[in-house]
Amino acid sequence: MSAPRVVITGLGVVAPGGVGTKAFWHLITAGRTATRPITAFDAAAFRSRIAAEVDFEAAQAELSHRERRRLDRAAQFALVATREAIADGGLEPDRFDPTRVGVSLGTAVGATCNLESEYLALSDTGREWVLDHRYASPHLYDYFMPGSMAAEIAAECNAQGPVTVVSAGCTSGLDAVGHAADLIREGAADVMVTGGTDAPISPITVACFDAIRATSPSNDDAAHALRPFDRTRNGFVLGEGAATLLLETEEHARARGARIYAEIAGFASRSNAYHMTGLRPDGAEMAAAITAALAESRRSPQSIDYVNAHGTATKQNDRHETAALKRALGPHAYRTPVSSIKSMIGHSLGAIGSIEIAACTLALDQGVVPPTANLREPDPELDLDYVPLHAREQRLDTVLSVGSGFGGFQSAIVLTRLGTGPA
Amino acid sequence: MTTAVITGIGVAAPNGAGTENFWAATLRGESGIGPIRRFDTRGYPARLGGEIDDFDPAEHLPRRLLPQTDRMTQLALTASAWALADSGVAPGTYDPGETGVAMAGAFGGFEYGQRELENLWCSGPERVSVYMSFAWFYAVNTGQLSIRHVLRGPAGVVVGDQAGGLDAVAQARRNIRKGARLMLSGGFDSSFCPYGWVARISDGTLSTDEDPRTAYLPFDLRARGQVPGEGGAVLVVEEAAAARRRGTRIYGEIAGYAATFDAAARYGGERGLGRAVEAALADAGVTAREVGVVFADGSGRPADDRAEAETIAAVFGPQGVPVTVPKTMTGRMSSGGAPVDLAGALLAMRDGLIPPTVNVRTVAPGARLDLVTGVPRPWQPGPALVLARGRGGFNSAMVLRPGTAAPNRTGAASVTGREAPTRSGGKRHEADDTVGPGGDHA
Repeated sequence: MSAPRVVITGLGVVAPGGVGTKAFWHLITAGRTATRPITAFDAAAFRSRIAAEVDFEAAQAELSHRERRRLDRAAQFALVATREAIADGGLEPDRFDPTRVGVSLGTAVGATCNLESEYLALSDTGREWVLDHRYASPHLYDYFMPGSMAAEIAAECNAQGPVTVVSAGCTSGLDAVGHAADLIREGAADVMVTGGTDAPISPITVACFDAIRATSPSNDDAAHALRPFDRTRNGFVLGEGAATLLLETEEHARARGARIYAEIAGFASRSNAYHMTGLRPDGAEMAAAITAALAESRRSPQSIDYVNAHGTATKQNDRHETAALKRALGPHAYRTPVSSIKSMIGHSLGAIGSIEIAACTLALDQGVVPPTANLREPDPELDLDYVPLHAREQRLDTVLSVGSGFGGFQSAIVLTRLGTGPA
Repeated sequence: MTTAVITGIGVAAPNGAGTENFWAATLRGESGIGPIRRFDTRGYPARLGGEIDDFDPAEHLPRRLLPQTDRMTQLALTASAWALADSGVAPGTYDPGETGVAMAGAFGGFEYGQRELENLWCSGPERVSVYMSFAWFYAVNTGQLSIRHVLRGPAGVVVGDQAGGLDAVAQARRNIRKGARLMLSGGFDSSFCPYGWVARISDGTLSTDEDPRTAYLPFDLRARGQVPGEGGAVLVVEEAAAARRRGTRIYGEIAGYAATFDAAARYGGERGLGRAVEAALADAGVTAREVGVVFADGSGRPADDRAEAETIAAVFGPQGVPVTVPKTMTGRMSSGGAPVDLAGALLAMRDGLIPPTVNVRTVAPGARLDLVTGVPRPWQPGPALVLARGRGGFNSAMVLRPGTAAPNRTGAASVTGREAPTRSGGKRHEADDTVGPGGDHA
């Protein structure tokens, strides 16, 4: 028996620049940026004082008081994105077997906002090492153990199959979707609610990236701070958000008459076994992940019509990634549009991989390649077609999305228009 | 389908750091639970824990790794070296691209995190460690293990509370099936710091009993909560044919696995553990009758224990299978707990001895369990079932089979018992595909 095809039938996005899939797609195809000075807290003491924040109040108002009280911002994002994906996919509660529905949710830093704010209450703003438990939120354990976020989504969707959080740093969002596809293929579930979420714009996370100078110090020009593949690039801008995808077997989708956006044809992850934060310039392991994902999807490198890049605009990432694409795709790399939507919505750590898959899904569906914003001065070292500034209309059948994260994780996922590849 | 076998074990647990230390203590019924010493617990309603005392990371790891790692990463790195040494896999046996890591963690490196939060809020952003960006996050152990042992293949990290430890090992099997030859897998947690402790207190599951002998009594009439432990285990998971080619000892096979989730209250609240057990047995092609032992989750909370006991009795019949909770000697190690139970089950197969559930004397009325209490019980090794549940509704079940089955074996037949293993505890049982003890405990 051959493994079932895994298809995407629903999308939900919470991203900087506007909550909801429509607003997200409009922003990234217009080439507008959502990076700005941090408003979440007073960032005056930090090196990088900019971020791509989600204007969440309106969407948050749709949550119940209890949900707002109980859930960390990241879990709230995931819940809002999931509700949109379920509605978009038309998955009605009485139309599926809950034991055949699972959840795979990516997050890199979990409930870091609430962990930090709770810490301040418990420690009297850091003054006490032995914390006073009487000031703890009754939900503190849920913030501490981010599996709780997947549990929240499972409760929302009545999922009673396999439920997990995937936390592989900045590839979490991509790996969670790949994991969900794996579970469907091996028969553990017919439907997976999957995606990623992170809300890392808090002092401790900003300080972490300050310490290693990974984030952009272009504080005076926030809108143009994240410049992937540009000669003047100087790091990423922290973002936040979530995306949820509804995955199911093609058979399940057809049986309920669902609209099918695309197929998830292949996925692979690799470690570079090199450095927790550093990348070797040759891109060998990312290339290995791409090659393995292509093999699983039974596609050739020449079939790739578009690459959604990791594109964080750190010096070494963009070099590493360009080398990896050349290594995996050969001369075809030069003919393939490659773009980084992080230029517009920032780097939301464990969420971005799934937001990028949502972008790839829409790119396939709409026949539009989103651009790399802020790419005005090409880096002579980086010689691929990075789709600067403006979106392109182009029929797409097969797209590749890649991710790279602290810990040395390298991941690749291949999406196709259904019915365009080998049987 | 490709078979995944376990060829190496590395355990760091409160009753023993080092696999044989842990196992010898476990068979002796020695507990590592006691008053917490690493921070001041005065004023907290729960003050007992399973701490690993005899572990100095500087004895095991290069000096440069110490300032960049939380304790749970130091434990994982050390145990991973023990597991690889135990497996006898020589460097260069495999291409680095066909070797990978799949680990579970529930809390990340939170002792490290608390220290850096203090630095940030007392001294300012410039005092936050350059290692903080990765030392506390949940993916750190997979990254550090891949670097330390140059494993460039598949990488994975799952978080599912106590159940995550089984989910990670299932992911290792998945990657073996997709073409990897060797995976390091397991889980670790510690967070034995004030913040980790306060978070656990907020969970409401901790026992407030101050007597280490009675604080954590799963399935007992007197059960009143759990005691946390730190630690975990790393297993070397290998593709069976490759392991056989290099002629190594095979502890057992990852024969079956399933994960389910309890229905939310608004959807009726039905528990999902029974489905996980049934599906894991079906995946393994093992009948309930063939299972020789169940390593139970043993939450220590009466309602959870009752539900688990009912599930076990429903699948195996009343008193139908030996059940044990050696976690009574370690405390519940979050994502490390289930991998240590997998290690315990494999060592129980090796030595023909089921480790006991210590301190439990009177099984709660209605729990129709054959609980192994007091001293180890000799058994004829057969398939073992390991259960793990996580807060919020996670259920995972894994079936291990001793020795290895021939790769072309079809159908649901159990292993063919041609030779009984030794029952003398401590003597090694060299299992391979010619030795497959039958599981006819019934």
